[in-house]
Amino acid sequence: MKKVFIFALVLLIFSSMFAADVVYKRDETLYAGGGMWAPPSNWSPITPWNAVTGTVGLLYETLFNYDPLTDTLIPWLAESGKWTSNKTYEIKLRKGMTWHDGHPLTSKDVKFTYELAKQIPEIYYSPVWNWLAKIDTPDDYTVVFTFSSPRYHEWSYDLYQNPILPEHIWAKKSKDDVLTGANEKAIGSGAYLFETYGTDRMIYLRNDNWWGNKVFGQPKPKRIVYLTVSSNNVALGMIMKGELDCSNFFLPGIPTLKKTYTDIHTWFDKEPYMLSDNTAYLFFNTTIKPLNDPNLRRALAYAIDPTIIAKNVYEGQVLPSNNVGFLPIKGWMKFYPENAVKQYGFKYDPKTARSLLDKAGYKDVNKDGYREAPDGSKFKIEISVPYGWTDWMESAKIIAAQFVQVGINAEAKFPDYSKYNDDLISGKFSAAISNSGSQMTISPWTSFNWLFNSPISENMYNGNFGKYNNQKLFDLVTQLNSTPMDDTAANKKVIEQIAEIFLKDMPAIPLWYNGMWFEASTQVWKGWPSEKTPYAYPTTWGGRWQTGGVMMLIGLKQ
Amino acid sequence: MKKYLGTKILVYILTFVFAVTLDWLIPRFMPGNPILVLVSRFSGLPESARVMYSYLTKAFGLDQPLWSQYVNFWIALFKGDLGISIYLYPRPVLEVLKMAIPYSLGLMIPSILLSWIVGNNLGAIAARRKRLDSIMLPIMYFITGAPYLWLGMLLAYFLGVVWDIFPIAGAYSFSLRPHLSWLFVGDFLKHWILPFLSLFIVQIGGWAIGMRNMVIYELENNYVRYLETLGVKRKLIRKYAFRNAILPQVTGLALQLGTVIAGQVTTEVVFSYPGIGYILTQGILNQDYFLIQGCFLFIIIGVLIANFTVDLVYMALDPRIRFSYGGEV
Repeated sequence: MKKVFIFALVLLIFSSMFAADVVYKRDETLYAGGGMWAPPSNWSPITPWNAVTGTVGLLYETLFNYDPLTDTLIPWLAESGKWTSNKTYEIKLRKGMTWHDGHPLTSKDVKFTYELAKQIPEIYYSPVWNWLAKIDTPDDYTVVFTFSSPRYHEWSYDLYQNPILPEHIWAKKSKDDVLTGANEKAIGSGAYLFETYGTDRMIYLRNDNWWGNKVFGQPKPKRIVYLTVSSNNVALGMIMKGELDCSNFFLPGIPTLKKTYTDIHTWFDKEPYMLSDNTAYLFFNTTIKPLNDPNLRRALAYAIDPTIIAKNVYEGQVLPSNNVGFLPIKGWMKFYPENAVKQYGFKYDPKTARSLLDKAGYKDVNKDGYREAPDGSKFKIEISVPYGWTDWMESAKIIAAQFVQVGINAEAKFPDYSKYNDDLISGKFSAAISNSGSQMTISPWTSFNWLFNSPISENMYNGNFGKYNNQKLFDLVTQLNSTPMDDTAANKKVIEQIAEIFLKDMPAIPLWYNGMWFEASTQVWKGWPSEKTPYAYPTTWGGRWQTGGVMMLIGLKQ
Repeated sequence: MKKYLGTKILVYILTFVFAVTLDWLIPRFMPGNPILVLVSRFSGLPESARVMYSYLTKAFGLDQPLWSQYVNFWIALFKGDLGISIYLYPRPVLEVLKMAIPYSLGLMIPSILLSWIVGNNLGAIAARRKRLDSIMLPIMYFITGAPYLWLGMLLAYFLGVVWDIFPIAGAYSFSLRPHLSWLFVGDFLKHWILPFLSLFIVQIGGWAIGMRNMVIYELENNYVRYLETLGVKRKLIRKYAFRNAILPQVTGLALQLGTVIAGQVTTEVVFSYPGIGYILTQGILNQDYFLIQGCFLFIIIGVLIANFTVDLVYMALDPRIRFSYGGEV
């Protein structure tokens, strides 16, 4: 009995040692983090906000990729795409593409993907059918979208945002399975395959039959091990030890560490180290007194000095925002409303802030050190920021102190994230910092559509949290969306008008740009993109691989 | 005896129903809305967020009146269905627990048991030796006062980063796929040792101090004096003192083991160790009603079983209880 047991044990050990790939070779594996904060549980492109990072981009692919560094839509599944008339957009697909299971990828899959959302209106992209009329597929490689009322900006965004699904798999699923299935062992078309996962990691294996190998080249890492790291200290330690190759965490201390650890790579060698990815805004609740007064909000804009925040809180890892929250990327800056900014812009200047407040009737009547509203009532501005977001908490304190300096009673407040979020959405706050919809995209329309989202309802799910109501502005945002993207002059004209109202009424104040946090280690992988070799936007965040992450994998060197 | 157990069991069942009701109720009293949290993670277009909000609210049954949610909860519970996690949507809560709890148990049970054994013995020894006691007591107070977080960070920094002896993150190398081999087992242990040590060291202090105080108290007791005057051997006296002193420690141990399911959040965070503690904290922050309910359900069951076991063990350990309830006195 004992002998049998020992024999079995020995056999087991030997067999497992020779079993394929139980140990991943260091020089073939890329360790990445910063885009996964929970145990992997979902690979469904139908619920991309909750899916494991890489579900869209590595497993599933979009028609186009977008490169913000050059402001170009990179044809991906599509070989080309163009507006053939005002209302029709034609896509030619690449030939010879296959799904992971060998099935060919054709125009039918594209049509199916969109029509699935017509059948099942609970799918997140179903609102597209409010302005999309029909989809035709004259042959296996051509898709023609006909719109009832085309939204050019939104469409450009959708083109690189919505993943294409394999019809032969998803057509068989029940409605419940489509909406709530975890979609484990996902079959997509992308450069990587679903290999396995653990509580704290997701493992992707390179797809050696990827159609893109011939077009773009093969991604270098054979495996991507994507980690959940639960604290900054661990992430920092792993970077120093060279155990984490690519990380998209915000890590305090990088500017100091870079001096001693020369193999920590960032985009810029010096300040600000990081590319700018999204804008933090201070929203005001425009439905409560006295914050419904644009004069007060405008005066407050003069009281904030984001340079101090960038320097003290972020150690120079971020830049202060411009007046309209436009990210310093080509695709947005080509529409920058310089006239509106010149005429109605603001800058940090407490003197002006004080005189504007005086003029608008905010005076300290009862001599308690704080100004009262013009009607004589006391008021206090509370700046809400989620508890535990330490960088934002510090920033909120600084802003509150800057308000106090011009005589406005203000205080930073730190509710738990869920409370903060609930208050924000239902409008139960006086002021709050948010960046939930200001991220880098192909068009500043997404940012405006978030800032000035309409219609005003009881709950504002994503955007216009202060319930700023201005129909003229809402119409302008809609008009911008229905202006063809390539007509820069026409777009700029609309954006100038939007910016004028924005700056005059100041429903939200742009503060600083959060970075595209990126700290890579050059111990194993080299050739990371940087300011000098800007070949890809270095992101591995969920839903963002198609804006540079995949290109980075292709461009890496050993 | 039978009657005693009968009443006890009835009380335990009532406690269970009451505790589970509270478990269901308390998360729902938290300010905020879990579906809004889920939707807020979606950085897509506002129009889509609206669509998802109404769908998800319906899917989780949160649009129904509270009383019907409560009834559905009990019905599902009897079917063994703990619901679907909102935070780890769409994974069932039971699966989340199954995935994470083994890691927590693997850390907590050995650290609690070993620290209990070692701590009690250290305490008992110290209680009898004045000189040792004067050195050990401050050390033990220092250790037990040390926050897990701080000790964990020190261990991780020195043993993990500076001397690079042990890994600092994960339950096993990120370059390994779980399989049965010495390589994997060794790797697992290597990752296990630091989080284990941080728990073990901090807990030893508490047990040792408790035991020391109890033994000193017992040694001052009348029965010890009596035995001493009778001229009984020191060894026998110590044995009796130890047996008496261990009683409260057993209760402490049982309660510790009862809450073991909750894991140790700080340790898991410091070592990025995948247990239930971190997931539960995130569940609370994300207001994941179902995950919170599920975790606390196991904690409730754990505490009740632990208490029940203590009741039984006491009967065996302490003759006074046995005789008084048995009506033999």
